[in-house]
Amino acid sequence: MALAKRETNIEQREVVVGTTKGSPGRPIASMILLALSFVSMMIAIGMIFLYVPTDAIEGIPQRIFYFHVPVAWIGMLAFGVLAIGGIGYLWKKDERWDWLARASAEIGAVFITLALITGSIWGRTTWGTWWTWDARLTTTLILWFIYIGYMMLRSYMGRTPASARSAAVLGIIGVIDVPIIYESVNWWRTLHPQPEVGVPGALPPSVVLTLMVSLLSFTLLYSFLMIQVYQLQKMQTLAQRMRASVE
Amino acid sequence: MKPVSDLCLEIQGLKKSFGFKPILRGIDLELYRGQRMALMGANGTGKTTFLRILAGLTKPSAGVVCVNGLDIVQNAQQVRRLVGFVAHQPYLYEELTALENLLFFGKMYTVIDAQERAIYLLRRVGLEKKARERVTTLSRGQVQRLSLARALLHMPQLLLLDEPDTGLDQEGHELIEAVLAEHIAQSGTALFTTHQPERALKLGDSIVLLQGGRIAFQQRTAGLELDSLQLSYTEAVSL
Amino acid sequence: MMIFLEQVMAILWKDVRYELRSKQMWTGMGLFAILVLVIFNFAFDLRVDNKAAVAPGALWVAFVFASMLGLGRTIAAEREKGSMDRLLLCPVDRKAIYLAKLLGNMLFIGVVEIVALPIFAALFDIPLFVGVFLPVVLLGTLGIAAVGTLFSAMAAATRARELLLPILVFPLIVPIVIGAVRVTGSLMVPTANEPPWLGLIAAFDIIFLSVSMLTFEYVVEE
Repeated sequence: MALAKRETNIEQREVVVGTTKGSPGRPIASMILLALSFVSMMIAIGMIFLYVPTDAIEGIPQRIFYFHVPVAWIGMLAFGVLAIGGIGYLWKKDERWDWLARASAEIGAVFITLALITGSIWGRTTWGTWWTWDARLTTTLILWFIYIGYMMLRSYMGRTPASARSAAVLGIIGVIDVPIIYESVNWWRTLHPQPEVGVPGALPPSVVLTLMVSLLSFTLLYSFLMIQVYQLQKMQTLAQRMRASVE
Repeated sequence: MKPVSDLCLEIQGLKKSFGFKPILRGIDLELYRGQRMALMGANGTGKTTFLRILAGLTKPSAGVVCVNGLDIVQNAQQVRRLVGFVAHQPYLYEELTALENLLFFGKMYTVIDAQERAIYLLRRVGLEKKARERVTTLSRGQVQRLSLARALLHMPQLLLLDEPDTGLDQEGHELIEAVLAEHIAQSGTALFTTHQPERALKLGDSIVLLQGGRIAFQQRTAGLELDSLQLSYTEAVSL
Repeated sequence: MMIFLEQVMAILWKDVRYELRSKQMWTGMGLFAILVLVIFNFAFDLRVDNKAAVAPGALWVAFVFASMLGLGRTIAAEREKGSMDRLLLCPVDRKAIYLAKLLGNMLFIGVVEIVALPIFAALFDIPLFVGVFLPVVLLGTLGIAAVGTLFSAMAAATRARELLLPILVFPLIVPIVIGAVRVTGSLMVPTANEPPWLGLIAAFDIIFLSVSMLTFEYVVEE
């Protein structure tokens, strides 16, 4: 009876570290993404401040919309990627999925914080209050707490397989829960109407175009950052491993 | 060479790291039915980790472990059914009585006629008078005996014992020897750890020395002298 | 299937016996829930006219906080003494372990609720046992416990478990809190055009019970 040798990825990684194939961090892809996101960000900023006409009702501050929406969107997307990384890790037991999840968590937390800040500022300029319990902003706040919980969990549990597994489960539960949270807050809001941070009604084409460009540029930025932070996670893991084998 | 169907335990390239600290660095081992192997090694060399992997409490970082042909990761639950573990901790519930503990584990292992088996085992390990006493009231030696009963409850193929003599008096030592002999006679396999070369020679038919996360030394006990074993042991341990 | 349920019951019964014999949590939790209600009474300076607005919230805050205290219990009991290894050693389905822990938690929280409710009715002078009240308490508690049992296993492995557990659980149970408070409120003061909160809570329960049951083994095994 021949038994196949089955190596888990911890051992396979040890072989790869010897070569420097993956180590420099895919410089070409990185450079391209950096260039693309820079260019599109410049275009977006140009469009936001020069191209799009000033909103009739809200005035100049309404332009925050073009920052707030993409940033909030990326915050949600990052959480989805985090959950996918978690599922991938549970399924394949390959720590690279965990690096993906951790990277997305760090970046996503920053974007969600920005979403809260821009949303708050926008609410202030529109309604005069620094906070409003509307469905989207509230859900963003709760997602922020889930991100923080995720980071705390990872911090307390360290860089272990147990930490990766627990975090993956948290990601899965979170990603399923967020739509339910949104719906429940929405229902609640209809009973206590809140000032809404949003742009009601149909949007003129120039607005849509600017929004799309802004969204694209932030997504490119996210992708670029993902590669960097992923490489960082990889380096940290390998460094800790080498240190432990020496001690 | 024994036929492969008699192979109880097969290990290839077993490695285990905790976080980033490697504990086991590549173990290859084969145990056949009816064998009783003594595992020796200095403290902290991974003996307990090794047993925990076999008992299904933790997974290998790399390598393959098969019990009766079943992979310990793919068929974890089936393997757990085949293994009995007398560990350093008794794995008993302090607030329950001896009998309640055995009945509970009987449910967990889906033992048939659990009540009869439990009473039989309590008698076998000399605890029939303590059946209705809570574990907190038992002495260290009695807890160890109860732990042995727990490990035997589901009639395991592979019996793992982590320093089984601790806490036991002379009578207890003899109990271990007798139980081990019975187990082997029923085509069971046993793997036990010990610090004492005399015990290894007495209880085991082969000895394995673990050092630096690897097997440094493997030999049959037949014809092995205590003095030469003691020498090799202290030599290897002091390296 | 039968074996599965038998094992769930066996573990549950073992946990209950353990708690009864070590006599630790029950009285503390019951007292805690009552104290929270009393403090709410002072904090919100309840008069007849604003009682209905605050009472449901007060009740559910008391339940949620008492739940956090109780949730740690069954898991901590296993983790302290040689951890859950005793159970993990056995070929028992990890889903059965989860269910048993869940039921145990619900039992403990339920005891607190049974104690707190008559006090609540007396303090706030409100008639309670009408309509869907028991269902909402049951379903709401189930949702909190379903998520809480999973996360208390997670947090138990860390040093700051008492801190981490609420941080992880509170955001996730927001739909239950909103729904349960609304339903309780509308029982006291009937309102028209309420969204189907009970249905939402029930859906939440089904979804998270399933997901938690399936993912429990990843959290608890080494």
